[in-house]
Amino acid sequence: MKVNIKILKDILSANDQIAERNRALLDKHKVFALNVMSSPGAGKTSLILDTIRTLKKRKRVGVIEGDISSTIDAEKVKKERVPVLQINTGGECHLDAAMINRALENMPLEEMDLLFIENVGNLVCPGEFKLGEDRKVLIVSAPEGDDKIYKYPLLFHLADAVVVNKIDLLPYTTFDVDGFSKALKGLNQKARLFRVSCTTHEGIEDWTDWVLSTMRPPKQTSRRQPRP
Amino acid sequence: MLDLVLEEANKTGTGKVRKINLVFGDMAGVVGDCVQFYFEFLSRGTIAEGASVSFRKVPTQARCRECGQEFTPEEFDWSCPKCHKVSVEITAGKELFVESIEVE
Repeated sequence: MKVNIKILKDILSANDQIAERNRALLDKHKVFALNVMSSPGAGKTSLILDTIRTLKKRKRVGVIEGDISSTIDAEKVKKERVPVLQINTGGECHLDAAMINRALENMPLEEMDLLFIENVGNLVCPGEFKLGEDRKVLIVSAPEGDDKIYKYPLLFHLADAVVVNKIDLLPYTTFDVDGFSKALKGLNQKARLFRVSCTTHEGIEDWTDWVLSTMRPPKQTSRRQPRP
Repeated sequence: MLDLVLEEANKTGTGKVRKINLVFGDMAGVVGDCVQFYFEFLSRGTIAEGASVSFRKVPTQARCRECGQEFTPEEFDWSCPKCHKVSVEITAGKELFVESIEVE
């Protein structure tokens, strides 16, 4: 006899549970985590490197690098003398909470204030998988075009901050920053928009000021309220 | 998805999973053919082997924050068809869940 069983359970609930555990572990060590996402080549590693160089004296930074293969990005970060761990997904197009969970076990969390998780370059799947991060940061670069927000609305909808990188190249592209800004406001009212160039370093301070202000209060003060 | 289905099916203690009813939104980035392909591969040797997977797709729905109008956004146009403002709340299209399973 056939029986129909109602389930109504989110397929990614298993991932979300692990993400909650990551979150608790990061909270315990008072580490603030940013999940950095973009398409390949938009400047995730460059923005992370620029941020490390700007904030190094004020915050202890660590980085988890996510790539399908290679340790190129981790090698670059390593030169900044900060803890870095490379995850090679071996084909998977995004990081998931279990990968981060294993990575966190191997990172010196007690020696860190700020953790960058550089996701695999992709504007689709990383949006679906919570990692336990405090904020989602999305980078879009001028040469990619301002239509990315319409093509990949989910990530733009979820982002806490959107960084337009390579603004030094704006004169050579048709990227309409004002139009993009309006579209972003329409889709996501909470997201902050930053315009930066990791080549000329223009706008980097605005961005790092936001990172500092969005981080939880200094370690000696009381804990931030838990996430809903 | 397979873990979830097996866990629920095992709770009932019945024999085989015959059908899985999946719901996913337009924005969820799910490709039905891929799900089917990997499901067939991963479910081999489990009580869900051979189950059919049915997909119910939910279109993206937005609500205008200005006038409250509900609408389906066009590809390059998220503006409200009624008041033409662009300020939306996404009310549907992000779903990704197992609605029900049929066991025998």
